Amino acid sequence: MLMETTAPSKAEVPAAIAVKGATVQQQYVKVGKRKVTADAASKRMAWVVQVYAIRDSQDRTAFSELFAYFAPRVKSFLMKSGASPDLAEECAQEVMATLWHKAHMFDPAKASVSTWIFTIARNRKIDILRKQRRPEPEELPWGPEAEPDQADAIGLQQETEQLGLAIAALPEEQRKLIERAYFGELSHSEIAAETGLPLGTIKSRIRLALDRLRHAMK
Amino acid sequence: MMTDMTKIRHHLTEPLLMGYAAGTLPEAFNLVIATHITMCDTCRAALAEYEAVGGEVMLEAEPVDVAEDALAATLARIDGSPVQEMSRPARKADSIFPGPLQDYISGDLDTLKWRKVGGGVSQLVLKTSKDASVRLLRIPAGTAVPDHGHRGTELTLVLQGAFTDEEDRFGTGDVEVANEDLNHTPVAESGMDCICLAATDAPLRFNGLIPRIAQRFVGI
Repeated sequence: MLMETTAPSKAEVPAAIAVKGATVQQQYVKVGKRKVTADAASKRMAWVVQVYAIRDSQDRTAFSELFAYFAPRVKSFLMKSGASPDLAEECAQEVMATLWHKAHMFDPAKASVSTWIFTIARNRKIDILRKQRRPEPEELPWGPEAEPDQADAIGLQQETEQLGLAIAALPEEQRKLIERAYFGELSHSEIAAETGLPLGTIKSRIRLALDRLRHAMK
Repeated sequence: MMTDMTKIRHHLTEPLLMGYAAGTLPEAFNLVIATHITMCDTCRAALAEYEAVGGEVMLEAEPVDVAEDALAATLARIDGSPVQEMSRPARKADSIFPGPLQDYISGDLDTLKWRKVGGGVSQLVLKTSKDASVRLLRIPAGTAVPDHGHRGTELTLVLQGAFTDEEDRFGTGDVEVANEDLNHTPVAESGMDCICLAATDAPLRFNGLIPRIAQRFVGI
């Protein structure tokens, strides 16, 4: 079992997930009412482990691995959102530096590393490209647990993986619409008018977010 | 700020949540949305879902080569800037204004610089980017806001009290999303003043000559 009955210390959490996730390939983990295989989300759990390594030991190898994968994608997102190549390069470096500095704020039960980096890049985009402040909701108060529940973290990572697969599998036309909405080529009223957007279909892949948020507030 | 979510009946639309997650909306809309999400766990969860979609869209984007020295430059950037703890100023617990809104105002309900806009209604325009506007409205209990239509989209979030219009009743935490099809006359419920946060991406259009002249002077 991946779940421990006693809460592991901070440093042990990612290691436990990484080691057991890799060695116990087909072991089932109960997440809510579903059973999932532990290795399905292993790529995303590896990212989580890398963020924890940055947080706990300023691990530059872990950072360089995340950088190699994410920086070119952040740069691409910013260019598609209207940044020049030079500005996108500069911002992508800033986004990755922010990941380093804010590693202690990352919570794998709330977001995949891809989601978290996206929100950092989005906020940078609003700041630099649109020159606006970004009002953010108040954070939810912390729950009693210092560390997120491992099953919650694994479940969310796996659902995000499925969400990504669902988007990739959409018909070309629908996928392009979603991309255009996120790259700022569609206004909210155009999104509203666009009946071809399969919002409900793709969002149903990641429905447990609300349960987890409620759990976090107990 | 936690408001009992079972009381919130009117939520943000999917396109607005998606636009907020994507970071493509005007600042004035973002302020109403961030304030509503502070009060509404349902929309907070939906936002997390749309942010996850954004992350996957970013992953699917064709990667663009970064500069050869990008990693070294970023590490130098990290070494050059010590960790900064971001701390938001503590929110006044007794305020009706949730945290995101407190960043835009100085003072509380009775110390704000309200301006009368007629019919007993007061407003306070907040400073945001020019692509849309946002204001606080104070509507005395039992009073109607002049009948008005819209050229664009209008978001109205109730912070205190309640109002009723041709559509429905909107209580604390509820948000009404109105488009150009809606001509409405919101009426504040009796009991207490209704305080709303209202954003629009086009000037409101009052029906009737006198309000229209007044509109020129008050800027709504």
